[in-house]
Amino acid sequence: MAFLDKHKAIETHATLLMVLSLLVVTIGGIVQIVPLFYLENTIEKVEGVRPYTPLELAGREIYLREGCYGCHSQMIRPMRDEVERYGHYSLAAESMYDRPFQWGSKRTGPDLARVGGRYSDEWHQDHFENAKSVVPESVMPPYGFLADRPLDGKFIADLVATHRMTGVPYTDDMVANARADFAVQADPLEDSGGLEDRYGEDVFGTVVNVRNFDGRPELTEMDALIAYIQVLGTMVDFSTFTPVANR
Amino acid sequence: MCAKPVKKQPQQVETTGHQWDGIEEYNNPMPRWWVWTFYATIVWGVAYSVAYPAWPLLREATPGLLGASTRADVAAEIAAVDAANAAVKAQLVAADLNAIGADPGLATFAENAGAAIFRTNCATCHGSGAAGFEGKGYPNLLDDDWLWGGTMEDIHLTITHGIRNTTDPDARYSEMPRFGADELLDEDQIGQVVEHVLAISGQEHDAALAAAGATVFAENCASCHMDDGSGDRSLGAPKLSDAIWLYGGSRAAITETVVNARFGVMPDWNERLTEDEIRAVSFYVHGRGGGE
Repeated sequence: MAFLDKHKAIETHATLLMVLSLLVVTIGGIVQIVPLFYLENTIEKVEGVRPYTPLELAGREIYLREGCYGCHSQMIRPMRDEVERYGHYSLAAESMYDRPFQWGSKRTGPDLARVGGRYSDEWHQDHFENAKSVVPESVMPPYGFLADRPLDGKFIADLVATHRMTGVPYTDDMVANARADFAVQADPLEDSGGLEDRYGEDVFGTVVNVRNFDGRPELTEMDALIAYIQVLGTMVDFSTFTPVANR
Repeated sequence: MCAKPVKKQPQQVETTGHQWDGIEEYNNPMPRWWVWTFYATIVWGVAYSVAYPAWPLLREATPGLLGASTRADVAAEIAAVDAANAAVKAQLVAADLNAIGADPGLATFAENAGAAIFRTNCATCHGSGAAGFEGKGYPNLLDDDWLWGGTMEDIHLTITHGIRNTTDPDARYSEMPRFGADELLDEDQIGQVVEHVLAISGQEHDAALAAAGATVFAENCASCHMDDGSGDRSLGAPKLSDAIWLYGGSRAAITETVVNARFGVMPDWNERLTEDEIRAVSFYVHGRGGGE
């Protein structure tokens, strides 16, 4: 293989070496960057996935702030033991409105991709206050203080607008009414018609949970976080939707 | 790179021609095993990207000649296990609920499958040993004190439809009035009825107040909890005359219950579990000691 001995010509010619190096790096760059431009095509089309409501979005911010992702993943891998334990494996579409996604790779606690609806709001409160009181073997720290921190949603419209800027399809209507929608979702006594019109079953095919999540009169971070937890993984109805088998 | 055989003696090896202070640089070739391993990895890489999904194209990645797919793999794996269990599961679904225990094969399957389902789905609230968490509203499933009934049919119905949830219209439902918060009883009456409940559950109490509380109890509580406080399973009204408490039996806990009421929720499992799974876990719970 005599041609392989010709590399000396490249190695002793600075300009040629630089040009050819640039060429190789460019190929690497193209392979990594170009697929991002048609990322949309790789996300399976599903029904039911909607952008988070303002309250859920606020809960998600608390999830990020407290570093929940440090111990909890949100990604059920396509493996039998995971599917049997957590439910249907996660689809790309289910986290397409996550900025950033919370797939994670560390499971000190269980995966949370389909935790929504699995436990009652009361259980979540008990568990946040003192995880060991309901799961004796748990090492999760207490988060009871969340219930003492009221939220007024002052900047919630900005948060929704920011997510829209990054490509989440929030409408002008959703941004304009963000603060009202934020408050009404945790107050079952108020008329939540506007929230339903914007995020509800008729628009996206997914029911919006409207209730007082933490059972306390004021709207707290606990409400927001439980609202977020209770919607995780519930948007796609797998009784009517079958994912493509060979992806 | 792939050079001719190398002689051992240093002086016979070719040098690069570079010299620094009389020090020369040998031009030894790469070890042959290394070079061939390197070529082999290139060949392997090309072959792999042809055989397996690899190159991202406009619509999707190249599928690869072997047709490998993790989704298909997991589906096949689950299908294989389901197929192996299909017969016994069909038998479980067809069996009379009370006859499951009579068939040793079926009972063994239901017990083990139920245990796995319980640990995955139920242990979070009812505890890994099914003992619940007293005082927190998560019932103990090991005792014979049942809120909604402890027969196989009752347990099966409770697990299928849940309790007081908003997702299943057939969920078991009852709601205790908030006697204090909604001002149905005044403070004195609440104090009296709490003493009465302490009395019928055999705890230390103020006899005079308890006697007055008996009237309050008869007028307000007995319609669900019965005159003697034995409870009503058709309404999920707990038995008050024993030492088993759902939300605690102290004076403070009972007062809290009377003032603000309780509203324990259990999810309906008919969406998440299949009929055979519900039957298996019902059998498991029924067999924990308190089954009727």
